[in-house]
Amino acid sequence: MIPVAFDYVRAGSADEALAALGEHGDEAKLMAGGHSLLPMMKLRLAYPSVVVDIGRLNDLSYVNDGGDHIAIGALTRHRDVETNDLVQEHAPLLAHATSHVGDPQVRHRGTLGGSLAHADAAADHPSVLLAMGGSVVARSAAGGERVIDAADLFAGFLESSLEPTEMITEIRIPKHTGEGWNFQKFNRRAQDWAIVGVSAQRTNGSAKVALVNMAPTPIRATAVEEALTGGATAAEAAEQAATGMQPSSDLNAGVDYRSHLARVLTRRALQEAGIE
Amino acid sequence: MEITVEVNGASHSADVEPRTLLVHFIRDTVGLTGTNIGCDTSSCGACTLHLNGEAVKSCTMLAVQADGQAVTTIEGLADGEQMHPMQEAFMNCHALQCGYCTPGMVMASVSLLDENPNPTETEVRVGLEGNLCRCTGYHNIVKAVLSASGGGK
Ligand SMILES: Cc1cc2nc3c(=O)[nH]c(=O)nc-3n(C[C@H](O)[C@H](O)[C@H](O)COP(=O)(O)OP(=O)(O)OC[C@H]3O[C@@H](n4cnc5c(N)ncnc54)[C@H](O)[C@@H]3O)c2cc1C
Ligand code: FES
Ligand code: FES
Repeated sequence: MIPVAFDYVRAGSADEALAALGEHGDEAKLMAGGHSLLPMMKLRLAYPSVVVDIGRLNDLSYVNDGGDHIAIGALTRHRDVETNDLVQEHAPLLAHATSHVGDPQVRHRGTLGGSLAHADAAADHPSVLLAMGGSVVARSAAGGERVIDAADLFAGFLESSLEPTEMITEIRIPKHTGEGWNFQKFNRRAQDWAIVGVSAQRTNGSAKVALVNMAPTPIRATAVEEALTGGATAAEAAEQAATGMQPSSDLNAGVDYRSHLARVLTRRALQEAGIE
Repeated sequence: MEITVEVNGASHSADVEPRTLLVHFIRDTVGLTGTNIGCDTSSCGACTLHLNGEAVKSCTMLAVQADGQAVTTIEGLADGEQMHPMQEAFMNCHALQCGYCTPGMVMASVSLLDENPNPTETEVRVGLEGNLCRCTGYHNIVKAVLSASGGGK
């Protein structure tokens, strides 16, 4: 399988990439690791007429200590996120979840910025960003820059709130406070995407919980969070994991089974994160 | 688009369409057919080769993304008649039957040991999760990787 023909532009800098996006608008697609975009192009589910390759913007591959947060360049590959000392120390949930993304070959190519921009409800990183209360920095072809909170990043099925002429340059993750965290991923075969997944992160006495594959978008389990705030035990709160969710039904799991998985995995995640 | 890729130490230039997959460039343009295509959907690992020393799935890369980079394929592992230790380990442990997965399996295994020279059995199994084998049941592949690792010597 090969994609529909397209024009290829290799960006030498973020400015060049943004200029190409400005010129071609929604005809163009950025390609970072290409590990979500290229499979879709091969299946002809995506057919951009211009591909702007940002895979060589090495200056956007970094992990820095930003004081109360860590700052990760959008082009940082999964492998470099997973093995980075700062990430392991200050965002262990991110390091751990990243080591469960795909397989080593995928992690040698895929990038954190690409994972988040792709906004896939079945992907692991969006749940981590939601649970850790992170944000992304987006630069626009028009010249501006804005910070988008995780809560505002995921707009619809495979749709982020980025404009077609915007590019994520940096991901910011508040530093872990030393309280508990956990990541649960249920799949049938090694390497597979989660059938359901859960990210849980405790910060300053409260917990954020986000679910993988329980709605058309990556989503916070607000009913679980509210139950915990109201004094529920982990087991009681986890019973709310499927409340208000719209899981899909596919050959891996129907709605009932996904809802069951969400409750069981959420209970495990909360208990492993140290909530009684 | 004119690209130049260093394949197993030799420079190869060609004019390719941007949509050419790296695996097609390697097999059809460079003419090295050791790298197999299995699923063509990034699942099986048969097309695994090294890009700048790291295992990647060449069915999920464009040839233009490898422009100016160094690729190593299964043909580039041996030193003349002298097999690479991983190839020898696969042979000695009977880690292949039909052999279709083998080039990708060997390339993934070499990359695994580069990153983790003394893996546990579990680490080998997890590290090869991107490669499917329909014949061996994996046990002998895992044995081969362990025997080629620092701990196995
Ligand atoms: C076999 C396989 C298994 C996988 N398993 C998992 C898994 O278990 N869990 C999981 O979470 N993921 C999984 N993935 C997806 C993988 O993590 C991808 O790498 C990731 O989703 C996309 O990152 P990328 O850099 O490859 O993005 P690309 O494919 O290059 O881009 C994806 C989308 O994001 C846009 N984009 C990329 N970078 C930016 C940017 N900086 N700013 C704005 N837009 C941008 C692109 O235009 C495109 O629309 C798997 C992929 C494969 C091929
Ligand atoms: S052919 Fe590339 S992963 Fe199967
Ligand atoms: S030896 Fe036949 S697929 Fe692995």
